[in-house]
Amino acid sequence: MEKTVNQKAWFLVLPVLLLVAFSAVIPLMTVVNYSVQDTFGNNQFFWAGLDWFRQMLEDERMWNALRRQVIFSGVILAIEVPLGVLIALNMPKRGVMVSVCLVLMSLPLLIPWNVVGTIWQIFGRVDIGLLGHTLAALGVDYNYTQDALDAWVTLIVMDVWHWTSLVALLAYAGLKSIPDAYYQAARIDQASRWAVFRYIELPKMTGVLTIAILLRFMDSFKIYTEPFVVTGGGPGNATTLLSIDLVKMALGQFDLGPAAAFSIMYFLVILLVSWVFYTVMTNLDQQGGK
Amino acid sequence: MAWMAWTWPTAIFFMVIAGLLITFTIIGVKYPETPRRGILRIETTRGDRLFITLLGSAFINLAWLGLVGANQPYALIVCLIYAAAVFRWV
Repeated sequence: MEKTVNQKAWFLVLPVLLLVAFSAVIPLMTVVNYSVQDTFGNNQFFWAGLDWFRQMLEDERMWNALRRQVIFSGVILAIEVPLGVLIALNMPKRGVMVSVCLVLMSLPLLIPWNVVGTIWQIFGRVDIGLLGHTLAALGVDYNYTQDALDAWVTLIVMDVWHWTSLVALLAYAGLKSIPDAYYQAARIDQASRWAVFRYIELPKMTGVLTIAILLRFMDSFKIYTEPFVVTGGGPGNATTLLSIDLVKMALGQFDLGPAAAFSIMYFLVILLVSWVFYTVMTNLDQQGGK
Repeated sequence: MAWMAWTWPTAIFFMVIAGLLITFTIIGVKYPETPRRGILRIETTRGDRLFITLLGSAFINLAWLGLVGANQPYALIVCLIYAAAVFRWV
């Protein structure tokens, strides 16, 4: 029987196309338009060419924010990924505790970003916060509003608390998909615990871990709400990450042109890294499928 | 459309990108291809190579602006050489 050709299904894609156009493509085009012009408000624009890009590339402020951002993303990935795997390896595989564990692990993921920020902002306060007050009582000189290192530690611990669950749940899903036969074969071969992890569990988790790393990298590289609520980018500029700096520039100073140029460069970096991760991920899938 | 602050150079920029996407879609429909492996050892289609070219060109332009700082149009010549290399070897 001959297949009937029906192109009407394309209409089903239209809502998505419209949504993406209004939420992403049109705003992005506007940002590109802003990046080559100057404005003093009133919707009046003056041609500036590539001046804003040149200015941003020479701006120490942007490079410093980028440096802080790379350090932040690097540190949280270095902590969250091994910790998430470790937690997943120790989570119960069967029984009632599985559900309890999964619910507990999911809880931090359900809390909105600004609430997480507020929780940690109060939690860390020396006068009324449980963490800050306890540390002060123990004689530890901790104050995230005045000390840059304390502010960094607070942000990193907060992010680890908020997002390690995601890595753990993904790793757990990867572990659950390993058939029992692999473990039986390992037992027959008297493989050590390390060998089981290295040659059975880790290879089977590679796919989900790459997704976890990609998600955590993109999210941490774009992070805004939590550090803004907790430290506001301070003390000084110590925790001014890229998005905080960008918002200060665009909305605080109303420098739309430089902020637009900044946004485009920021977007390009995220696009590049995401593409690299995506390519690695799809290639791993293909290798696994062979 | 005034709120989008359009200028002719940015309009041409987007028209070129839209034109490239439409051209590659038509080529893709008319001459179907199988992905190939190049020097990056990853499977790429024509669309992938176009993406690598456009993304790389953005960075070439930024690097030119930051390092050379003058005669920006010459960066496009580097981009064309880069594009040819990507489509030939990647």
